[in-house]
Amino acid sequence: MTQTKQPLLHVENLKQHFKISRKFTTKAVDGISFDIYEGETYGLVGESGSGKSTTGRALIRLYDPTDGKIIFDGHDISGKLSKEDESFLRTNMQMIFQDPMACLNPRRKVSQIIAEGLEIHHLCKSKKEVDEKVSRILDKVGLSAEQGTRFPHQFSGGQRQRVGIARALVMNPKLVIADECISALDVSIQAQVVNMMKDLQDELGTTYLFIAHDLSMVKYISDRIGVMHLGHIVETGTTDEIFENPIHPYTKSLLSAIPHPNPVVEKKRVAITYDKDAQGVDYTKGTQHWLSDTHYVLATDEEFEKWNSK
Amino acid sequence: METVKRNKNDRVLYIRDLNISFKTAYGTVRAIRGVRLDLFKGETIAIVGESGSGKSVTVKTIMGILDSNGVIDSGQIVYHYTDKDGVEQEVDLVKMSQKDIRYKLCGKHIAMVFQDPMTSLDPTMTIGKQIMEPMREHYKISKEEAKTRVLKLLEEVGIDNPDKRFKQYPHELSGGMRQRVVIAIALACDPDVLICDEPTTALDVTIQAKILELIKDIQNKKGISVIYITHDLGVVAKVADYVAVMYAGRIVEKGKINEVFYDPRHPYTWGLLSSMPDTDTNSRRLFAIPGSPPNLMERVEGDAFALRNPYALNIDYKEEPPMYDVGGQHRVASWLADPRAPKVQLPAELVEKLEKMKKEAFKDDTN
Ligand SMILES: Nc1ncnc2c1ncn2[C@@H]1O[C@H](COP(=O)(O)OP(=O)(O)OP(=O)(O)O)[C@@H](O)[C@H]1O
Ligand SMILES: Nc1ncnc2c1ncn2[C@@H]1O[C@H](COP(=O)(O)OP(=O)(O)OP(=O)(O)O)[C@@H](O)[C@H]1O
Ligand SMILES: [Mg+2]
Ligand SMILES: [Mg+2]
Repeated sequence: MTQTKQPLLHVENLKQHFKISRKFTTKAVDGISFDIYEGETYGLVGESGSGKSTTGRALIRLYDPTDGKIIFDGHDISGKLSKEDESFLRTNMQMIFQDPMACLNPRRKVSQIIAEGLEIHHLCKSKKEVDEKVSRILDKVGLSAEQGTRFPHQFSGGQRQRVGIARALVMNPKLVIADECISALDVSIQAQVVNMMKDLQDELGTTYLFIAHDLSMVKYISDRIGVMHLGHIVETGTTDEIFENPIHPYTKSLLSAIPHPNPVVEKKRVAITYDKDAQGVDYTKGTQHWLSDTHYVLATDEEFEKWNSK
Repeated sequence: METVKRNKNDRVLYIRDLNISFKTAYGTVRAIRGVRLDLFKGETIAIVGESGSGKSVTVKTIMGILDSNGVIDSGQIVYHYTDKDGVEQEVDLVKMSQKDIRYKLCGKHIAMVFQDPMTSLDPTMTIGKQIMEPMREHYKISKEEAKTRVLKLLEEVGIDNPDKRFKQYPHELSGGMRQRVVIAIALACDPDVLICDEPTTALDVTIQAKILELIKDIQNKKGISVIYITHDLGVVAKVADYVAVMYAGRIVEKGKINEVFYDPRHPYTWGLLSSMPDTDTNSRRLFAIPGSPPNLMERVEGDAFALRNPYALNIDYKEEPPMYDVGGQHRVASWLADPRAPKVQLPAELVEKLEKMKKEAFKDDTN
């Protein structure tokens, strides 16, 4: 992939802090930078509490970012939003959530839920056009017209997740943020949903920000990956770079913790532990050290020297 | 790796021909259909299978917490233990009232860890108190003695500063920490069977690895038997000695972990193993088992998996297959295991995957 073209999403030094009390602030996201290019999938991984969801929510402007710049398809969406920018954002960026049941109105039929966004943003000229779009997207995500007339609770988990995806994709967004959208599903259904997301990407050219803690699935779906820890992106690179040549000790420990379905190997393997404080690592002191034009590690010069030589 | 010898005298629990159904407004759901399973002392078994296949119902029955609309239609769950006077006891849980099971056995002899730690902790009580209470009731010990034990237990489950943690409330702890507290509560009365229903799905891989190692550790020290329910085959590979694969209320394949993982015999198990993305292939598409599981409200004709099974034989649509012995501990409920069945070729990608797994697993043995 050539990196010379304009990214669809450019994030620079994004910070999202939460003031908990007068004395205490949680720095959920503390100065992260990355780009996402059109048509690709960028995976964001990291342990619980590392700031992945907060990043997603800040991008789609459920929060007001504390600091930093977000350029989305040429629009600066980091500060106060103008009316046009707001409407551009609401129609072109969509989010799919972890628990589909929690965000689907139980009293509305699935087809109504999917049509909601189109109606709110007046994206169609007529009711007929709305209906057509809804039935086309239902078909794309593998649900029948009859299923469109059912209520969310009448579906299995995997089917509900399809509804969530249909609702996001019917808007024909440029960017979809998928936050742990398959974590609650079991393996065989995860595979169905991931395959479907890939097919839709091939067909519609949608760009994904795929947030998850299951690294094997992230590896499978992503072109590039960002590894987050405590509000910082400690390493980013193409999927191959991250899996074949991880540099940051946190990335290494994360990769070593993935259980493999191979009993003999798995029973002998011990995960690599990483203790940032014991190793004296301070993320705010690190800078981006580039290994290729796609792969960087957050480190001080000495840390980089040390980590890269092993 | 030494595995547990599955010797009849060391059997802690056995389930025979268990059938359970639920009465609902729309009809009867036949959730468990003829489950047979053994649990031996010191052994870890894993139950895997698609959502809705009956994993939780099976273990809830053991715990005496079957939902009130559930009925045990037939079967036996025999539990063997030593009571507090040192006398060996054998009881059929199916014949006991749910209340009796909970009062006499749960927490003390059989304990359970649930998926979401927050639902099994009381938000208004300090964690110290939550661990101490069942302990004091069971052992009839003083507050001081109980506290000493709790602090030791907290340390055992890997919680630092037990003194300080003792006084904290659940919301003040991180997810991984809370799950450790839940494990501590489960272990408070030294049970001999520990049941973990998706204990780590809510946790990320790093914490998950630590919790799994913790349970293994405790098991080695105390010789308890563990039943894991999970849909993560990586977790199964890591912890289990023995595995049972469930589909639509039945166990369709079971055996020692290596038998099932390196030589799977049931088409559903093939599907499960194929759909797991493994970190070292770069194939473009994941394998997905087509279709969805059958509605257990309707009578299942023949093999419940037949409609999703590309290898289905004619008989699969007519008659339910019996459990075939395919050597060792390995059993499979599939007509393909019948000597009269045609030989089928596994999907090529799976064959390749299995070969690779075996090569990686046994590479040290060949040289
Ligand atoms: N609205 C909020 N107010 C205060 N603190 C918050 C808020 N949202 C998130 N946080 C804190 O910010 C940190 C990052 O949380 P976030 O939800 O982004 O993590 P995550 O990486 O998505 O984790 P998980 O994998 O568990 O979903 C956590 O310490 C969390 O407690
Ligand atoms: N109280 C109930 N009333 C009616 N049906 C029930 C009840 N409890 C469980 N069932 C049904 O019994 C079947 C088995 O459910 P169970 O909870 O054991 O599945 P599971 O294998 O644990 O799935 P999961 O992986 O989603 O937890 C399902 O079809 C479920 O809908
Ligand atoms: Mg999150
Ligand atoms: Mg369950």
